[in-house]
Amino acid sequence: MKHNLILRVVSKFLIPLIILFALYVQFHGDFGPGGGFQAGVIFSAAIILYGLVFGVDKAKRVITPYILRLLASLGVLIYAGTGVATILLGGNFLQYGVLASSQLAGQHVGILVIELGVGITVMSVMLIIFFTFAERGQAVLNSKAESERE
Amino acid sequence: MIDNIVDITLLSLIAIHAIAIIRMRSLFAVVMLFGGFSFLSAGLFVVMDAADVAFTEAAVGAGISTVLMLATLALTYTPEEADKEEKAPTHKPWLPLGVVFITGALLIYGTYNLPGFGDPNAPSQLHVAPYYLGKSLSETGVPNVVTAVLASYRGFDTLGEVTVIFTAGIAVLLIIGGRRRVKPNIEKNGGDHEA
Repeated sequence: MKHNLILRVVSKFLIPLIILFALYVQFHGDFGPGGGFQAGVIFSAAIILYGLVFGVDKAKRVITPYILRLLASLGVLIYAGTGVATILLGGNFLQYGVLASSQLAGQHVGILVIELGVGITVMSVMLIIFFTFAERGQAVLNSKAESERE
Repeated sequence: MIDNIVDITLLSLIAIHAIAIIRMRSLFAVVMLFGGFSFLSAGLFVVMDAADVAFTEAAVGAGISTVLMLATLALTYTPEEADKEEKAPTHKPWLPLGVVFITGALLIYGTYNLPGFGDPNAPSQLHVAPYYLGKSLSETGVPNVVTAVLASYRGFDTLGEVTVIFTAGIAVLLIIGGRRRVKPNIEKNGGDHEA
């Protein structure tokens, strides 16, 4: 993957647009089609495209695997934490109405927050799976080359 | 009229993809055709006005799962055996063919008892759907009913789904993650180290 000039130029142009579209899908999910799941997958697709064209090592410098593991847990924590927060505020688990002054405002805040949690977890898990597969492939190739040297 | 033409075109293309996937022996081409299959299905969902499902199908089915299948191909084959051909079948296909035909015939027979597509009197439309359609805007303030059901009415289910995805990530990390060394030909090379 060294000489794909057209791929490099086109993906450099496309990746910011894909990330922008992912954020639009994330925060516009209440009004149009989309939501956390789709946004997370689109966001991870942007990073995976970067990894496929410029190499996985460079993609790992954008988001390191350590941060990805933290983010994957953080997403679930945000979601479940919203449920616990509603209990502490006197409602049932995930009863968003108590999060703000009125039922409608609370629903809005709750849905936005849990969709954010969904998006973060989906994005980071997709990237974790991709990076793990790529790393494993690299390890297989390396050990093959090593055993040939011996 | 135009709906019918679009439906027929999409369904024939999907059928062509399916037949090509069965006939092909090159695994790389099969993975690419899987992606095309998913993308055409997404188009079909758009025609059926299920924009959210189409979105997910296009992103996950055509995008991510194609990348993951390619990654699996790259893992399971070394560069020397790069042709990546599926092995030729060793037995005649009559038994599986018979099972598939009988199951297909039973499924088609079953569709005669199903209500028509989009029938407002179908049982699935009469359960909780009218409540969601009628009340979701006034109760949640969210214009997209799908989001209202997914995130608010069925918030607990969605928490479960997110946990499933999280678990999948952990499982992949546990099975093939980590920094351990891989020795593909340990049986063949095992004796060389002592010698």
